[in-house]
Amino acid sequence: MTTDSSLSGSLPQVRAAQPSGAGRRDKPRPWGQIASQVFLISASVLWLLPILFALYIALRPYSETTKYGYVSLPHSLTLKNFTDAWSSSGMPHFFWNSVLITVPAVVIVLGLASGVAFVLTRVNLKVNVALLILFTAGNLLPQQVIITPLYRLYLLIPLPSFLSDSGLMYNSITGLVVINVSFQLGFCVFVLSNYMKSIPEEMYEAALVDGAGLWTRFWRLTVPLCRPALAALATLLTTWIYNDFFWAITLMSSGDKRPVTSALANLQGQFVSNQNLIAAAAMIAAVPTLVVYILLQKQFIAGLSLGSSKG
Amino acid sequence: MVVGLLLGIPLLLDLAFVWFPALATVLLSFTKWNGVGDLHNKACLPNVPSILNNGCLYGIQNYHQAVTIYPEFWPAVRHNLIWLAVFILFATPLGMLFAVLIDRGIKGSRMYQSILFLPVMLSLALIGIIWEFVYSQNLGLINTVIGRNGNNNAIDWLGNPHLNLWAVLVEATWRQAGYVMVLYLAGLKAVDPTLREAAVVDGANAWQTFWRVIFPVMRPINVVIMVVTVIESLRAFDLVYITNKGINGLELLSVLVTSNIVGETQRVGFGSALGVVLLVISLVPICIFLFQTFRSESREGQS
Repeated sequence: MTTDSSLSGSLPQVRAAQPSGAGRRDKPRPWGQIASQVFLISASVLWLLPILFALYIALRPYSETTKYGYVSLPHSLTLKNFTDAWSSSGMPHFFWNSVLITVPAVVIVLGLASGVAFVLTRVNLKVNVALLILFTAGNLLPQQVIITPLYRLYLLIPLPSFLSDSGLMYNSITGLVVINVSFQLGFCVFVLSNYMKSIPEEMYEAALVDGAGLWTRFWRLTVPLCRPALAALATLLTTWIYNDFFWAITLMSSGDKRPVTSALANLQGQFVSNQNLIAAAAMIAAVPTLVVYILLQKQFIAGLSLGSSKG
Repeated sequence: MVVGLLLGIPLLLDLAFVWFPALATVLLSFTKWNGVGDLHNKACLPNVPSILNNGCLYGIQNYHQAVTIYPEFWPAVRHNLIWLAVFILFATPLGMLFAVLIDRGIKGSRMYQSILFLPVMLSLALIGIIWEFVYSQNLGLINTVIGRNGNNNAIDWLGNPHLNLWAVLVEATWRQAGYVMVLYLAGLKAVDPTLREAAVVDGANAWQTFWRVIFPVMRPINVVIMVVTVIESLRAFDLVYITNKGINGLELLSVLVTSNIVGETQRVGFGSALGVVLLVISLVPICIFLFQTFRSESREGQS
């Protein structure tokens, strides 16, 4: 069967935003060209500077920067801040918490959202649009609108001890997975249903002729066709959930259960006397997102683009 | 059945952990409750110790207190409005400008795009920490460069309540512009190239082509960006929280909501009332977005 490849032509291609003007411009006036270049180069320098500056501080010994200031030529560069930040602050533990929250949350939200999007686009329920609006709007609310009751709710819902050693949704990894899943569902349902709408109806008619049930049409036909969108969403969600600060700050009381991003707030207090260590810890915490940035930037951008356009 | 299974669990999650709390915020905002003990449906009594009143119906008193005697409320509203204004006047146009220039395919556009987009990948908490080195009073980049890093005349960018909001807004703009750029690039890419060619044939210059031809056809993406701009400025929290926990010049509505539930004294009713203020404001961009997105859909449904 070659349905996959033959179909892909009619599906929207998930692509990174690429300059659409490339190669087919009429001759731009040179001064405009130069002005654009100067502007973009200065912007790029300004955009990189804060990050490189923090990296530079992280690479320098504390004694040196206190003496000469951050803006000075290096007398020596060292990785010691990185090793110290890594070993003295429990960062491996916080990273593990991030993994325990991010990985299940991404898998679950994509699984659930695929199911919802499939039902909303392929089963005529009469309330399809209403449900789609419900999911989409939920994701657009500022988190702070729901946090007060959510916080009380988390203190009320008991969890078995293997899911939470606090015995509650509050202050548990499970609780964070649940809120990340619930909150991101709306966005994923919106993106995936737009994507699924573009799958030609004939595919489903053919599947029906072959006697495929609803589950088969979902799992064997739709999900594989949505692979590009799922990959883009997975990249986006991994970054977003890893970067989450608010849920972890509000729905967790003990610092040792927090994921890396929110643990940075505690580290800042812990290392208050040695800013170079904070810089190093921040750079370490940025590593996963930088890996995504370097390897999967196109996927990430594709996810954002899918979310902002219909179909 | 399969439909029930595929739809049921996610719907339940969305209702239980997003929509129920959103509704509950509205209901709780009319009560006076410290989170301990039960809520009841008796009106709060005047002139009794608050312990006896706990859980009572408070009418619109929370709102009344917020706008009259809560000292942080109006500063927070003002800061949120400034935040929104800076996003509308600076961050969004800057991101659009980046996108338009990059879309013209000038040399190095791929590299510029990657660099300008980098902050979007970083968490806001991390961005707050990174910029603390730029703003640091005695050792920081800015003060050293402008020669104000002495002990007497150092500028306290993040500590001075007249400056810190603007300093943080530079950080926020630094990230938001890249975000808008990516969204806008996706929109520009989808514009039919023949439109542009036709405009050029008609003798339009680049400026006219953009404002008269490209910008109008990008209405859907313009709405998305407007919605993102408003909602991101209402959600703003992480940057100010990591900088100084959102006090002393950095108050925002989102911070006030949070400090009334995770602080020492829990004022559930009052915090909810502040949440409702956020909810009401956010409903405006949300409705605009839903209207533009699903208008065509419901028409399709009817036909």
